[in-house]
Amino acid sequence: MGFEKFGRKSFTGMTKTAKFVDLLAEGKIEGTVCKQCGAKYFPPRADCAACLSKDMDWFEMPKKGKLETYTIAYYAPYGFEKDCPYTMGVVEYDGGLKLFARLSGDLKPEDIKVGMDVSIRPIKYEDGQLSFEITKA
Amino acid sequence: MAKDVAVIGVGQSNFVRGYEGSIRELAFEAFREAMQDAGITNKDVDASVFCSAPEYDKQRSPAGVLAEYLGLIPQPTFYVETVCSSSSTGVKVAYSMIKSGLHDVVVVLGFQKMSEITSAESQERMGRGADIQWEAPFGTMMPAYYALYAQAYMAKNGLTHDDLMNVRIKSGTYGQINERAVYRKGVKASDFDPNNPDARMAAPVAWPLRVGDACANADGSSCIILANAEKAKAFSKKPVWILGIGAASEAVNMASRPDFSKGLSVGYKAAEQAYKMAGIKPSDVKVAEVHDCFTIAEIMAYEGLGFAPMGEGKQLIREKATYKEGRIPVNVDGGLLSKGHPIGATGGSQIRTIVLQLRGEAGPMQVPGEPDIGLVHNVGGVGLYGNVTIFGR
Repeated sequence: MGFEKFGRKSFTGMTKTAKFVDLLAEGKIEGTVCKQCGAKYFPPRADCAACLSKDMDWFEMPKKGKLETYTIAYYAPYGFEKDCPYTMGVVEYDGGLKLFARLSGDLKPEDIKVGMDVSIRPIKYEDGQLSFEITKA
Repeated sequence: MAKDVAVIGVGQSNFVRGYEGSIRELAFEAFREAMQDAGITNKDVDASVFCSAPEYDKQRSPAGVLAEYLGLIPQPTFYVETVCSSSSTGVKVAYSMIKSGLHDVVVVLGFQKMSEITSAESQERMGRGADIQWEAPFGTMMPAYYALYAQAYMAKNGLTHDDLMNVRIKSGTYGQINERAVYRKGVKASDFDPNNPDARMAAPVAWPLRVGDACANADGSSCIILANAEKAKAFSKKPVWILGIGAASEAVNMASRPDFSKGLSVGYKAAEQAYKMAGIKPSDVKVAEVHDCFTIAEIMAYEGLGFAPMGEGKQLIREKATYKEGRIPVNVDGGLLSKGHPIGATGGSQIRTIVLQLRGEAGPMQVPGEPDIGLVHNVGGVGLYGNVTIFGR
């Protein structure tokens, strides 16, 4: 339990990676790393696809990355209409990790550029839901 | 190239908004046409494969229900799903069933009745065809996912909104002459002009993609009947052979995807396998159907299939090379953009178009020069699954 608190609206209740939400509450955005082979995962996984180990540890995601791509949604799926328009994008880090999230609402469309330096931070919605977002570096 | 498995019958319902019937009746429309095309009876069929994306209608395990309605019991039947590429996956499965010697004649039927739910509900379901644990909580949907590819691709390769519009204008040209298409109107540049109050296609959906960059939801069915060489020669005067099949999968989460400016990896990987199996080069393809669920997807497919060098897909649309009279005609039936995209029926409909082209029976859409090799590129989800199938006379 606990994962229903993730994001604007969660579609998953139970996962072995639910600690991710507790970490968000502590102000941390973390992925998992395999203790056996060292493979790093974001979003986090409870199991390693590379060596089949179930022995995973948490690690904090890098703060600084580059915005690889983004989109501004002017139309939302059922249940997300009130947030429109909102921006979502992919951050690319040195070393190969990437992260997908919404961009902070205080970033204006004209300020967003492919390749720009960005950072990430945890957020809490007014209804208590926990998430993370991409911000200006 | 081996000629072991052939298409001996093709059928497709009209692609429409709000089909006035249930899924079994919708399935019957394509089935009847394909059976009449093949000139066979239910007794000649020894297995069936049904294909759709779940959660649009209420029927669980539709294969048994539809097989009964089509008179295909007690032969074995089952369900295959890879969202938007379900029915080309069904054809790959049927090919394997025949090639293994287990079955001689197999029916592959793709169907989708999307109109049972609203457009917003449909976006939510399609979004859940991606990563529901880590991405859907942000409010993802198909146009937004494809827009991520469009944004990165446009920034790197100098592709413009006018290029995307010209893909849509091309599809409109052929949607107008395809009587099975859901969108029969032509498309003009003024339809994309944000200063034109009557513009139907200018509004942004998921920037940089606009309404006109997206395909239309539709209800529809398609049916492909496959047979081994012996039965194909006995039943059909114009069998169309499967020369090559390729299929691939990719990570579901955007955070695990390679360079967005390079398009969908499943396209390249499936194409490479299919070309190798068929023993042909991209330049041997005379007519192609590609998965243009969004305009950007058609441009990316040009490159994935080797019709244009990396980053140069825009040249094909600028030079009108993918029109019917061009060097490599693509989607001359209107594509998903104008013909419509009833998820589970789409791959079979693309295959039907190529089979008719190779038989010289595509009517006003017929590509000149008696094409002998055709290709179908069908993608499931946001490049989660990809199938490329090559056909020849």
